[in-house]
Amino acid sequence: MTVTEITLTINDITVTVPQGATVLEAAHQAGVFIPTFCHDPELTKFGACRMCVVEIAGIRNLPASCVTVATEGMVVHADSPAVQEARKTVLELMLANHPLDCLTCGKSGDCRLQDYAYLYGVKTGSFEGERHCYPLEDDNPFIVRDMNKCILCGRCVRACAEIQGNSIVEFTNRGFNAKITPAMDVSLAASDCVFCGNCVAVCPVGALQEKRLRRAARTWEVRKVKTTCPYCGTGCSFDLNVKDNKVVGVTSCDGDVNGRALCVKGRFGYGFIHHPDRLTTPLIKKNGIFVKATWDEAIGLVAQKLGQVKAQYGSDALAVLSSARCTNEENYLLQKFTRAVLGTNSIDHCARL
Amino acid sequence: MTNSIAEIAGADFILAIGTNTTEAHPIISLKAKKAQRNGATLVVVDPRRTELAELANVHLQLKSGSDIALLNALAHVIIAEELWNNDFVAGRTEDFEAFKAIVAKYTPELAEQITGISAETIREVARGYARAQKATILYTMGITQHICGTHNVLAVANLAMLCGQIGKESSGVNPLRGQNNVQGSCDMGALPSVFTGYQAVTAYDQRAKFAKAWHVAELPARPGLTVGEMMDKAGTDELKGMYIMGENPVLSDPDSNHVVHALEKLDFLVVQDIFLTETAALADVVLPAASFAEKDGTFSNTERRVQRVRKAIDPVGNARPDWQIICAVSAAMGYPMQYATASDIFDEMALLTPTYAGISYARLEQGDIQWPCPNANHPGTTYLHKDKFLRGLGKFNPVEYIPPAEMPDAGYPLLLSTGRRYFHYHTGTMTQRTGALEVHYGTEYLEINQADAASLGIADGDMAQVSSRRGQVKIAARISKVVPQGLVFTSFHFPEVAINKLTNPAKDSLSKIPELKVCAVRVEKAS
Repeated sequence: MTVTEITLTINDITVTVPQGATVLEAAHQAGVFIPTFCHDPELTKFGACRMCVVEIAGIRNLPASCVTVATEGMVVHADSPAVQEARKTVLELMLANHPLDCLTCGKSGDCRLQDYAYLYGVKTGSFEGERHCYPLEDDNPFIVRDMNKCILCGRCVRACAEIQGNSIVEFTNRGFNAKITPAMDVSLAASDCVFCGNCVAVCPVGALQEKRLRRAARTWEVRKVKTTCPYCGTGCSFDLNVKDNKVVGVTSCDGDVNGRALCVKGRFGYGFIHHPDRLTTPLIKKNGIFVKATWDEAIGLVAQKLGQVKAQYGSDALAVLSSARCTNEENYLLQKFTRAVLGTNSIDHCARL
Repeated sequence: MTNSIAEIAGADFILAIGTNTTEAHPIISLKAKKAQRNGATLVVVDPRRTELAELANVHLQLKSGSDIALLNALAHVIIAEELWNNDFVAGRTEDFEAFKAIVAKYTPELAEQITGISAETIREVARGYARAQKATILYTMGITQHICGTHNVLAVANLAMLCGQIGKESSGVNPLRGQNNVQGSCDMGALPSVFTGYQAVTAYDQRAKFAKAWHVAELPARPGLTVGEMMDKAGTDELKGMYIMGENPVLSDPDSNHVVHALEKLDFLVVQDIFLTETAALADVVLPAASFAEKDGTFSNTERRVQRVRKAIDPVGNARPDWQIICAVSAAMGYPMQYATASDIFDEMALLTPTYAGISYARLEQGDIQWPCPNANHPGTTYLHKDKFLRGLGKFNPVEYIPPAEMPDAGYPLLLSTGRRYFHYHTGTMTQRTGALEVHYGTEYLEINQADAASLGIADGDMAQVSSRRGQVKIAARISKVVPQGLVFTSFHFPEVAINKLTNPAKDSLSKIPELKVCAVRVEKAS
């Protein structure tokens, strides 16, 4: 008989999971929190950061729960003193080579390193040693890369390979000099990167940040509004980040179509919303020049002129272009107006273009 | 799309024809790339060696406009080698014999002469498509923007039916639509011949239903004009007034000079938009509209998925949501339209539209829904044509190859094709004003093959003058292996390179789509 489910205990909670599930997945199901950096449910299991270590009866060392498969009768302690000590050490080692500039970091408030340091009471690194001093990479209009803040979790490497399918960045060098770079250690701008920003969406710390959003608002100041992208017909979902009645950025949500993936237009193409060229008042052309008008004047003139053409030349002397940019509701209303009020079926839009 | 986007990842054979997916539909391309990583065969049919073509297992670099010869030859091989799906053809289709008779003459050798693709490659691809468990076809404007665009699509449908590669998960015929709500605009009846849900204006019962719901005595029975016909009639004074909402035909339509001339001749033009576009500049009245971030509503994507658009901020300045502006104009013309919310409009529409009848804002809060969704308990439809086609039996419509309307000649020796770039969108109205995209990709260029550039004395980066029978533009040349000899390519995203001044307005007689993918041009080094 094939065993399809196995039962184990985690922190004395009994949980049954499908065969093949990891201890981390079992813990999640049991409602037991285990901190992670490198783990991402959408990406291949990596087991690099060691933050998710647990104690398992009968196993000598502390295995990483994200890559340890749960077995029948396994007894797991996810918060034992040894586990806590190990996690603190992981954090201390990371902080020993991490700029502690949370005061000005755009990721502050949405950073796992910050969250776990708070959780485990780790203030600074207990280890003194060499620190990285990489220059900040901001030679593109989309993403700022601060490799001093990189914890080498490799999520960006896997997102680029497994979500975007481009494999632009990879681990290079060994030991302390290990770094994530495009081929030949050039900047993203000098590589074949398409700036989808899917690496930014999975970075758990401040190493990869949206260039404008990081300076536009603290993470806790923004209100996120889930909506649908205004560009191509794929229909990706994302969160508009709003502060003081202004859209200050776009971040991934878990969209039905796209998951967290977006393209450069969806993620970084929101600037038009508040562009100074936006039309903010009705305009009426007088002697070849546009003059500002009130809504009443403009609407009145439109109604009068359309009515005049209809009366003088008939309904079919009028035509309407609706918009593939606008909502269903607006397209419905405009064709209703065209047919019921103007009296013609001459309505179309750029479906063929 | 007959299938859903997610299903592409589950296909084991993808035939991508006339779609530059990685640039025009980046997120959909991720699914195709994922399928390929999982072992699927990716075949790309495109005159250009696009990024997707580079990734493909097989790139069929056909001559522009020769798609029907290729598609008919694929069917020819499948029939000749008896690889077709007998059960599907017998049980679910009709007119197979007529189709068989037509494709009989499209031997791979004949197709090789027309398309430039070797007969043996055509045979291999035909076998792969027919033998696949789940083959899917992706296409976009690369096959539709031709004078035979409708026939190209019919040829695709014929192939899918021949092999029974439709009506099942991950297998079907999938047009990838280019604009956020182009599917929804069609669904909503923003077309000259149909009300919402493709209910014909020529049908008395449909007109009676809408007239009753809208409280009017009658509705016009004669189909109206398509956008290209509108421009023609405006040019000849038959059209006197136009109302344009959120469209920029001056840059997006073929033969721009003609479009400008036509719009200028109108007695009255009102344009409603978020920017003073090239089209709005010609208007008598401009009405400032709210952007997608400033209003509630829904968009329907290319896989028929209805999704919410949510108001995040107030409209900028005195701008108003388009729906409120339409209501105000209508009221001023003596037909009050009163809706408290966008949801109320949706409800009225859903009552009149069988395919949307089961969808409401309340349901959309629980998750998106793909139409057809005929009632409130229906879960929506992930793929179409499962047990039968809409019309019952799937009809084979045999089609013949015809060459494009305007082919290169001595005066205009190169072929111009146009399309989209990854970093920009449509007429650039939005993407040229983001503070990011236009910073990174700020100028447009003309892709030209090394051999053509050399014979014209054009070096990489030189300014080139490109002329057709209808107009000319200046644009920087980029020597590129993406285009073969004889073909040049650029986008229509940049107002300063208004390439549609050159394009050919010759239309498909059925769908009225212009042949934007082929026109004859002359390229010279600009002085």
